[in-house]
Amino acid sequence: MTFTRREFIKGGVSAFTIGFAAPAFLSDLAVAQGSSRRSLVVLYLSGGNDALSMLVPYTDSFYYSRRPTLAVPAGSVLQIGGDSTGKPLGLHPRLTTLRQIYDQGRLAFVQRTGYANSSRSHFLGTDIWSTANPGNTTGDGWLGRYLETLPSPVDPLTGWSTVRELPHTLKADRVSVPSIPSVAGYALQSPNTGIEGTYSRAGLEAFASHLPPERPHLSFVNTSIQAALATLDRVGTVATYVPTVAYPTSGLGQAFRAVAGAIVRGIGTKVFWVQTGGFDTHASQGVNQANGAYANLMGTVNAAVGAFYADMLNQGLIDDTLILQFSEFGRRINENASSGTDHGAAAVMMALGGTVQGGLFGTAPSLNPGSDTLENNSNDVRFETDFRSVYAQVIDNWLGANSVDILGGDFRKPSLSFI
Amino acid sequence: MARMAPFVEHLFRRAAFGLSPVERDRFARGYSDRQIIDSLLVFDAGATDVDGAIGTPGHVGVTIGARFTPNTNINQARQRWLFRMVHSPAPLQERMALIWHHHFATAQSKIAGVYGGADSTRLLAAKPSEDPTGHRGQIELFRQYALGRFEDLLVEVAKDPAMLVWLDGRLNVKGTPQENFGRELMELFTVGVGFHTEEDVYAAARVFTGWNLRRTNRGDEAGTASYEFNYRAAQHETGPKEFSFAIYPSGPTPNRIPARSAADGLQDGLDLIHALAVHPETARRMARRLWTWFVSETAPPDEAFVASIARVYLDGGTQMRPVLRAVLTSPQFGDERNFHQRYSWPVEYAVRTLKEVGYLGFSVGDLLTPLLNMGQQLFEPPDVNGWALGPGWFSTSAMLSRMNFASQLATNQRVALRDAARAHAATPEALVDFVHDTLTLPDPPPPHYQAALDYVRAGGAWTGSDAQLLARSAGLFHLLAGSAEYQFL
Repeated sequence: MTFTRREFIKGGVSAFTIGFAAPAFLSDLAVAQGSSRRSLVVLYLSGGNDALSMLVPYTDSFYYSRRPTLAVPAGSVLQIGGDSTGKPLGLHPRLTTLRQIYDQGRLAFVQRTGYANSSRSHFLGTDIWSTANPGNTTGDGWLGRYLETLPSPVDPLTGWSTVRELPHTLKADRVSVPSIPSVAGYALQSPNTGIEGTYSRAGLEAFASHLPPERPHLSFVNTSIQAALATLDRVGTVATYVPTVAYPTSGLGQAFRAVAGAIVRGIGTKVFWVQTGGFDTHASQGVNQANGAYANLMGTVNAAVGAFYADMLNQGLIDDTLILQFSEFGRRINENASSGTDHGAAAVMMALGGTVQGGLFGTAPSLNPGSDTLENNSNDVRFETDFRSVYAQVIDNWLGANSVDILGGDFRKPSLSFI
Repeated sequence: MARMAPFVEHLFRRAAFGLSPVERDRFARGYSDRQIIDSLLVFDAGATDVDGAIGTPGHVGVTIGARFTPNTNINQARQRWLFRMVHSPAPLQERMALIWHHHFATAQSKIAGVYGGADSTRLLAAKPSEDPTGHRGQIELFRQYALGRFEDLLVEVAKDPAMLVWLDGRLNVKGTPQENFGRELMELFTVGVGFHTEEDVYAAARVFTGWNLRRTNRGDEAGTASYEFNYRAAQHETGPKEFSFAIYPSGPTPNRIPARSAADGLQDGLDLIHALAVHPETARRMARRLWTWFVSETAPPDEAFVASIARVYLDGGTQMRPVLRAVLTSPQFGDERNFHQRYSWPVEYAVRTLKEVGYLGFSVGDLLTPLLNMGQQLFEPPDVNGWALGPGWFSTSAMLSRMNFASQLATNQRVALRDAARAHAATPEALVDFVHDTLTLPDPPPPHYQAALDYVRAGGAWTGSDAQLLARSAGLFHLLAGSAEYQFL
């Protein structure tokens, strides 16, 4: 995962630094750019989510013969009807809240998403999903490119990553997205208090205001410092948010809680990034055990997303909220000898929100060896829907931008009408 | 504080963890650059023992609690390693151990899920002389082979119990090969993406079938189970394995590992590791990685450098000491345009700050949470790819955490900083120069120099009184150690 240093230099960190506004101007800017209150929350399941355990083809006999210990029993799945070919599908039994949202018509699954010659590498795969460009995986992220289409200067809180490292998806040459894993910890310390503390803050601001064009890397770090100092106060308002529901204590639950606070406080953020890991289930995948690894992953996702959805609903903001979930690949069809699954190909995506047209998009694979829905000697599921078509739908119909420009090609697919 | 020669300061930022007062004194005069490089390169990997100084006066503190058991307590293992980084007489050994920890990134949490917190710590950090079974933890392996032969290191890593858990080698058996280790051996440890195929991954998984570990519980007492590599011949796939590259360049079927009896099957893995270790792309990839670790992250690897380092690597039979000597004596390493062109990792930043700002009366135990907030936890790399390099470390929150650590340390060192600054208190300029020199910062651009002077003068005339010095010397160390410039090595 070469974090695009070269590109970032070539493309111009120096250019990026020009777009920065003075702190006093920022809240006005957030208001001005906040004409649409819509928020996009990207949920990344890191490690390669096992699509076949999340969205289960419970009438496919090969699902059971190829996964003798990992298959979810047909009697346990949460049935959600069939795809356009009539093949019945069910959710993992821990996804009870998501099934309710599905039943309300506000959750869409896009089956078999991916791209040709799917990478089985976490790093390359993640870079491809992040850049939406299998041909050049070191460039800016697709949402970074979206942020760059906004009128400059872009407010530093327009994007918000709830993980410490800036995800590649949000990387852009000219827009810096803050990483705020903990709103409570987002405060400035100083060795001296009182008036001496204000001198320190003034000193930090003076140092960070120096952006020499011949030192783009130094300038980049200084813009991070500027963005930190300029956003402290607004992020502070999020820390006092009192949600309408109890969020789970998991990292994912707390990340969604912060996102809800930022949306309700109206601090101007359009794009949020939340992430949870542990999906690289090579061994002891525990799909069916009460305390199994995968069962717990599904429980974590269900509880966190469910709480957030309910909170936004109670706040009257669910119609302005879209959650888009992805993972870097699906997993091998056959279980391995370690009761796990290795890296595979096509993945499953979810979209949910108050204006989502729910349902099952795309078709399920046939796991019968030799089926043309499979690849890699029938070991993996072949993609049906290019993941960029899902992105295009979100860019055009939710973010109100031009997907052809941002994705560098026409991936629009009108039948993918989930939003 | 007298400045060292710019090259020496650069050498210590990159090949050590900054310059402590002890090192400044030692190399103050009479040594050529080449002698100083030699002093970093030549150490007895088995004999360097800095651990005996833990808890003694004159060193950074450790937070011990009831008992100091770094073999079984992961936070104490972290403290021990940080202590070594601050005080080791062989800092390049610790730096190489950190690089290998990154290269073969293994996270404690997964091993703890299998064998529990204490034994997972042993598997990563135990020092053989202190472990009940004499176990050599993975980090001790990296310290031992810090500048040894890379091929030997690969073999040791492939047999390392922590790695056998981390990349699931222990689950790799005949009939249903486990791909995790075979994939990363090629993608991350040796040739890299583009120089192996998906079929190679499947073949490599079969090569390592049967490479397992044996756990023997010697009684009920915790921490006494033994873990050792164990080749299980009955679980080895004996058939031939085809690769897209040569395993035996001069053999009749160069790309094929031949069918072997189960008893001889261990040789499959040794042959594959040898082929990968001496693969020209491994040499080039190693050279490119050394470029970013030691020379520059802001300039792409210099082709002449890559070719020359790759040649030293291959000609020396993958010995790393001559490779590092070639790196540190290369014209590119010594080129001043490459000074301050590496984004520091949190650990590098924090240890350098301790060595340059001060550590007496500070405990590395109080460094663990700041490091976590900056985004880095020893023994817990985010994934098998290790830690990223580059500007990704400088998100707003991570940068805020760095500035806050500079504040925390300056606050802790406030009295010592005042006392040290007394000799430089005559003018704001003298104080600013003193702090700059202590932190081995490059000459500041005029706006930075002015900003520092403005801070010292803020709120009234500078008198150099003890009260002013107490506030402003700590304040100035906070500003400068928290500045963008100081984030670069």
